[in-house]
Amino acid sequence: MSEIKIETPLNLDKIKDLKAGDRVYLTGTIYTARDAAHERLVNQIENKENVPFKIQNATIYYVGPCPAKPGEVIGSAGPTTSYRMDKYTPLLLDKGLKGMIGKGLRNEKVIDSMIENKAIYFAAIGGAGALISSCIKESRIIAYPELGAEAIRELYVENFPLIVAIDSKGNNLYNR
Amino acid sequence: MREISTTIIIEKVKEMCISANRNLGKDVIDKIEQSLREEKSLIGKDILEKLLENANIAKEKQMPICQDTGMAVFFVEVGQNLVISGGSLTDAINEGVRQGYKEGYLRKSIVGDPILRENTNDNTPAIIHYDLVEGDKLRMLFAPKGFGSENMSRVAMLKPSDGIEGIKDFVIDTVKKAGPNPCPPIVVGVGVGGTMEKACLLAKKALMRNIGIYNKKSHISGLEKELLKEINKLGIGPQGLGGNTTALDVNIEVFPTHIAGLPVAVNLNCHVARHMNIEI
Repeated sequence: MSEIKIETPLNLDKIKDLKAGDRVYLTGTIYTARDAAHERLVNQIENKENVPFKIQNATIYYVGPCPAKPGEVIGSAGPTTSYRMDKYTPLLLDKGLKGMIGKGLRNEKVIDSMIENKAIYFAAIGGAGALISSCIKESRIIAYPELGAEAIRELYVENFPLIVAIDSKGNNLYNR
Repeated sequence: MREISTTIIIEKVKEMCISANRNLGKDVIDKIEQSLREEKSLIGKDILEKLLENANIAKEKQMPICQDTGMAVFFVEVGQNLVISGGSLTDAINEGVRQGYKEGYLRKSIVGDPILRENTNDNTPAIIHYDLVEGDKLRMLFAPKGFGSENMSRVAMLKPSDGIEGIKDFVIDTVKKAGPNPCPPIVVGVGVGGTMEKACLLAKKALMRNIGIYNKKSHISGLEKELLKEINKLGIGPQGLGGNTTALDVNIEVFPTHIAGLPVAVNLNCHVARHMNIEI
């Protein structure tokens, strides 16, 4: 198992050699979005409205964090199960989304679209929300504040420990 | 007649919500430590180590172990010689949840209507199951139930002729289909018998039992041990990335049922298998 450090924004050069099973430490800006935020993002794209962040080369983290205690950046912030976002994902990939962070299985449409658009899917450790929160150095709500935990946040992460679950060629660690 | 004020109940429920979400039970920690010694996969070992580290951070920093601080589920046993003063018991439990989720900086994960999906912003209502029992005590079992694992749960109305093999197949198939999604290593709660809803309630109640405690009926505890062994042979492993630690435990609860039926419900729980109980 190799350990690799990479920085966002991702691009083809940074991800093309990453293989399912590689351990990666990710640093840089990423965006949170889960069920409700995905529905809104996709509706805005379909209605040709502006979306809250640039999708091209972005990385989305499927998470709904706990509220921050006073003096803290964020509360517990582990990944949520990714398959619920599958319905919305191919459109985001077509718009240039490069990285996704979550946990669990993806459907065939998502994997086909990942191969076509050369994108990558990382697994974070589900249920390790306290540990992961220590890698999050900045957090700011940038859209849909009324959604509470489901609002879109811009996060700055340092050495976020991830495992490549599905690489840009469609190799799937869950199918070994 | 003994009297308990809702003020006390609100306080106890609040404390329980906060504590259960921050302090992983010793039964779970001990079992993860044991699994770490027995896990053969390197990536599996690494994940189990990180889960223990995570539980430590949560305890030290007094923050939630997992960001999904769940839907608040209660099994409440009310002694019939008990009088609750100061308002309704249901309102008191919900008030305790409201205060606990706010003061504990826990996530508010409940939408008020399943179709309209607007967040209630205080994690209420709780799911409360009441039992009227003898005596004058109030006993509450509490589990903040995350939905990564809840979503992978299933119920089947088997035929009596499906028998014990049918039960085993259904439980194992449910765990297989769930794969990495419920955050393995999981705890598997199984309810057998009753009616459809009774089987589901039994499965949920089975998750309230400490890891390592078996059903008192020997033919059921034998099935619990056998299923745990079979499930850990599936190779799903920690987080579904391979290994021999897929489940931490299998807990089965049974109830009499109809001559025509064999209801089986499987309620999965993630490795953050939070549960607490108090008696007032």
